[in-house]
Amino acid sequence: MSERLQDGVSAGPEMGFFTDVTLCIGCKACEVACKQWNQLPSDGFALSGDSYDNTGRLSSTTWRHVAFVEQMDRETPEASRWMMLSDVCKHCTNAGCFEACPTGAIVRNEFDDVYVQPDVCNGCGYCVPSCPFGVVAVQQKSGVAQKCTLCYDRQKDGLEPACAKSCPTDSIQFGPVEELRAKAKARVAALRDQGREAHLYGVDGEETRDVGPLNAFFLIPDRPEVFNLPPKPVLPSKFQPEAYAVGLLAAMTMAVVGISVFRGFREESA
Amino acid sequence: MPGLGTLYGRGGATTFLMDLQHADLILIQGSNFAENHPVGFRFVTKAKERGAKVIHIDPRFTRTSALADEYIPIRSGTDIAFTGGIINYVLQNEAYFKEYVLNYTNASYIVDERFADTEDLDGIFSGFNAEKGTYDAATWKYELEETGGESGEAAGSAKDAQGDGTSPTTGGHAEHGTKRPKKDETLQHPRCALNLLRKHFSRYTPEIVERITGAPREQFVELCKLVVANSGRERTMTYCYAMGWAQHTVGVQNIRAAATLQALLGNTGRPGGGIMALRGHASIQGSTDIATLYDLLPGYIKAPSLERGEDTFEKWKKNWANPTGWWSNWPKYAVSQMKAWYGAAATAENGWAYDYLPKNTGDHSHQPMFFTMKDGGIEGLILWGQNPAVGGQNAALQRAALGRLKWMVCQDLFETETAAFWKREGVDPSTIGTEVFFMPSAAIAEKAGTLTNTMRLVQFHEKAVGSPGDARSDLSLAHQLGKRLKKLYAGSTRAIDRPILDMTWNYDSDDPHERERGEPDVEKIMREINGYVVETGEQVKTFVDLKDDGSTAAGAWIYTGYFPEKDKNLTRRRKGDDWVSLEWAWAWPANRRNLYNRASADPDGKPWSERKKYVWWDEEAKKWTGLDVPDFPATKPPTFRAQPGSKGMDAHDGTAPFIIQEYGVAEIFGVQGTVDGPFPVHYEPRESPVPNFLYPHQQYNPVLKEWRRRDNPYHAIGDPKYPYVLSTYRLTEHHLTGAMTRWNSWLAELQPEAFCEISPELAVELGIRNGDWVTISTARGEVEAKALVTGRIAPFKIGPKQWVHQIGMPIHYGYQGLVTGDAANVLPPLVADPNVSIHEAKAFTCNLRLGRRGPAHEGPTWMPVPADEQTPLGKPERGGRVEAGTAQTTDDAIVPAEVIMAGAQREREWEQRENLIERTEDTESEA
Repeated sequence: MSERLQDGVSAGPEMGFFTDVTLCIGCKACEVACKQWNQLPSDGFALSGDSYDNTGRLSSTTWRHVAFVEQMDRETPEASRWMMLSDVCKHCTNAGCFEACPTGAIVRNEFDDVYVQPDVCNGCGYCVPSCPFGVVAVQQKSGVAQKCTLCYDRQKDGLEPACAKSCPTDSIQFGPVEELRAKAKARVAALRDQGREAHLYGVDGEETRDVGPLNAFFLIPDRPEVFNLPPKPVLPSKFQPEAYAVGLLAAMTMAVVGISVFRGFREESA
Repeated sequence: MPGLGTLYGRGGATTFLMDLQHADLILIQGSNFAENHPVGFRFVTKAKERGAKVIHIDPRFTRTSALADEYIPIRSGTDIAFTGGIINYVLQNEAYFKEYVLNYTNASYIVDERFADTEDLDGIFSGFNAEKGTYDAATWKYELEETGGESGEAAGSAKDAQGDGTSPTTGGHAEHGTKRPKKDETLQHPRCALNLLRKHFSRYTPEIVERITGAPREQFVELCKLVVANSGRERTMTYCYAMGWAQHTVGVQNIRAAATLQALLGNTGRPGGGIMALRGHASIQGSTDIATLYDLLPGYIKAPSLERGEDTFEKWKKNWANPTGWWSNWPKYAVSQMKAWYGAAATAENGWAYDYLPKNTGDHSHQPMFFTMKDGGIEGLILWGQNPAVGGQNAALQRAALGRLKWMVCQDLFETETAAFWKREGVDPSTIGTEVFFMPSAAIAEKAGTLTNTMRLVQFHEKAVGSPGDARSDLSLAHQLGKRLKKLYAGSTRAIDRPILDMTWNYDSDDPHERERGEPDVEKIMREINGYVVETGEQVKTFVDLKDDGSTAAGAWIYTGYFPEKDKNLTRRRKGDDWVSLEWAWAWPANRRNLYNRASADPDGKPWSERKKYVWWDEEAKKWTGLDVPDFPATKPPTFRAQPGSKGMDAHDGTAPFIIQEYGVAEIFGVQGTVDGPFPVHYEPRESPVPNFLYPHQQYNPVLKEWRRRDNPYHAIGDPKYPYVLSTYRLTEHHLTGAMTRWNSWLAELQPEAFCEISPELAVELGIRNGDWVTISTARGEVEAKALVTGRIAPFKIGPKQWVHQIGMPIHYGYQGLVTGDAANVLPPLVADPNVSIHEAKAFTCNLRLGRRGPAHEGPTWMPVPADEQTPLGKPERGGRVEAGTAQTTDDAIVPAEVIMAGAQREREWEQRENLIERTEDTESEA
């Protein structure tokens, strides 16, 4: 962890979120607390008709978003369920946005969280397609890329992030990632003991192959796709060697063609 | 809530939220706990983590159902049939907690032989007066022993007013004197309360429960087994309810049914047990304690009523000071209250200034008040944080009523719909004579004060920031009003002005800045509410120290002890632990968190089990002790036996945990309080598409309050014009009428538009797609909303042929604020539970169609009401015997043709005006 730190900042333990879907009541207190603390504007007033979700997705102005998964089954009513997941920036170990940022605006801070420095960001937007979770976006008004900061400012004052603070059922827990992982594993075991399905997303599963373990990880009672989470998120940088190889090959081909054409021309003129 | 008060003694929730985590089973019925009480729901999830089962019983699959282990659907308005079914299962299987039932309830008490049950009289109890539509409770009595105390009077002489709905909710059978009821401890007597209960609910079998409620039979039986398995010595169950039970014409009896079940199972007064009453919003408990209801003074002292003949202090006292039980202390509390209000002017000679107190002359609750207002019978109105233009039932009628006032003062954070009623759609402001004064109010962080939450916990909060501009606290308006009235009447010699001149009003703030802004000192008021010794000014430490000789003063005895010393405000305390948290703030009464906790020990004073240990008798120290403040005389041993003729608390045995009650036991046969019967009965809602299956000759509560006026028409039973059942409700994202939340962009974006939830089945039937505009209509008016088609709403199969469609609509929208929409409350009628006058918003009928509404949507409220239909001040109308087959139709209220024509004419005018506006805009844009 420490090797990823910027100069002049001392390292603390990695801090992150553990979001437990089985405890979420979909109250959206996290969304409101986030917007209030970070002074983010509302995204307009329109009913989506998509369950109780009217903010739709994470965006440059919505840094916590509660997704509603409504699966009602008339044939087998006992299988009916309505699940809520408070989505957020995953603060990946190998973050796509971090890799793509050409200005160095995106850094890992002393809490090992991925942070966009608004005064450095030039709004180029390279980070936007580089995030495999579709989290970061450039805000029209400020002109810079914005996403969850894991309440960097609050953390510096020893406070927990606003969303975790406001969560009434402890569905969102904040703390040192190591501790959270241990808690989460115990929770999974307890749920399985009760005969319920439970998986961790972002700890050591397939989804961490490219992006690494997530500092904001989830406990989900079903496959990731059900919650619109990519089962195998892929970083654009993964295609870099191939892309370079192909580029090189193309250049060489062009060179060969160029040379042969040039040679032919000389031969003709000779 | 008399539902709890009549059974257990006090109207508050018996338990506290943190205790939920110790329940083994949590039933949530008539409540959308997770959505409307998200912070308290934390302890439900904690209980689940500890392995408890959570069951949600509701007409809709809500966010609470989402978190529950199981969801059981029931048709709206059939909760008594459901809970009654569980009671029947428990009794049929002899699964009740015998020792608890025998010792802590009136199960063994023998009831007067003249009493007749609904099973005997086809849907009504004995004592029904068909003409008045009320009960005379004379036969709802115990059979008394031949010998008793010297003051024993003839039994059964119920107060004449009992049949008028003004009967005592606590206390009130002083006529029993000190004679004790006959008992049969073998529980064999056919007229002992338990056997009457058995007979009463005997037809509530799983088949009938399914037939009435639509809940699947197998699921219901599984639930009954679970309930039984999780009650008893080792395990406990908590029952949670909220507005989903209260807002019915059988609201109080819904709650009584649950309280009865909990008494039978021995769950009340024990950890992880009891009834969790979830209040509608912040400090609604506090506003009932310190009393906004017209018929209560602070501390649940019944307001004097001339209907009960209480024209002197002595008569008032005679009606309410029970010879036995806690209410024998009534004179101490009443006299101390009058001393707090009128100081030296209250003397023994003048009956403690009894003449200063206003006397009730009838039903002055919200609904009849607004009818009277609409008939021009009320001149002025002061509203603090209330928004009847959106929150009131038949809201259009209430808006119209506001237009008949001469003046209205409205103090709120924003210009609410009520404050702006005169400029709403379709109204010409020049036709309204009401002078409206809007007073901006300070928000919660801008003022100091207390909130009393759902578990009777009084919590103080400091002022964090100053309020903007002219905004002042609500308290400041009351304070200034008092001060200026005193100034206005200064020097008057008229007797009628004495109450104002003599009232104590010394609340000026000592802080010069606050005083300049007209703000009072909250803690000065709190000190008066707590009480003090008149002579020395010293704070009273507990309500046991209050006196009936005028030497003490206390504004509300139940709060005595929360400010025990001059500078010791216990509601400021913030030392919590993970359960009882006795040093976190202060709960009434006497900081007890779990009420009737004497019942957590067996009759000998020992815990029922190690696992459910809570409060017990310490034989060595000779006192009650435990995890909570014992809710029992501290040193009264379990072996104490009352002697014949003893009075006050001495009339209770050391085994009687329900200390407020006359005999110290929970009353599963309700001898006092409820005006609609000693047992809960399944009646259909006032408006229902389904006939009453149990009692075909009694469709709905025979003594409900209704107002048959042409501006408040009711739908017929099974009226084909209004085939669907509508429930109104709330969402997490908004607060009540949205008066605070629809002005906040962060909250408004989360639920931005009025919508109604309908099932896919109904959507297909009516050709409605998700997101379409639909119009919901009743005879009271119509509203438009977007359709949210969801499988969370399902139709109910009732009987072999009938399907009942349920529709849901949130109440949050109105015509003011950042986001607006039609108010769902335009739709329901004004009709009320006979005990507490609460409305019926959870079950009434409506129609639904695709498309938007027309401009004149406020229904028949503007129709002139003839004199014989008008509502004079304080006079409610009553229901009566109504057969399922008889039509109480919408057409009964005949709408004259010319009135309909006038309505159509208005609609046309509106359309023309709209067209004109559009045309003007078009021309402008072209230019």
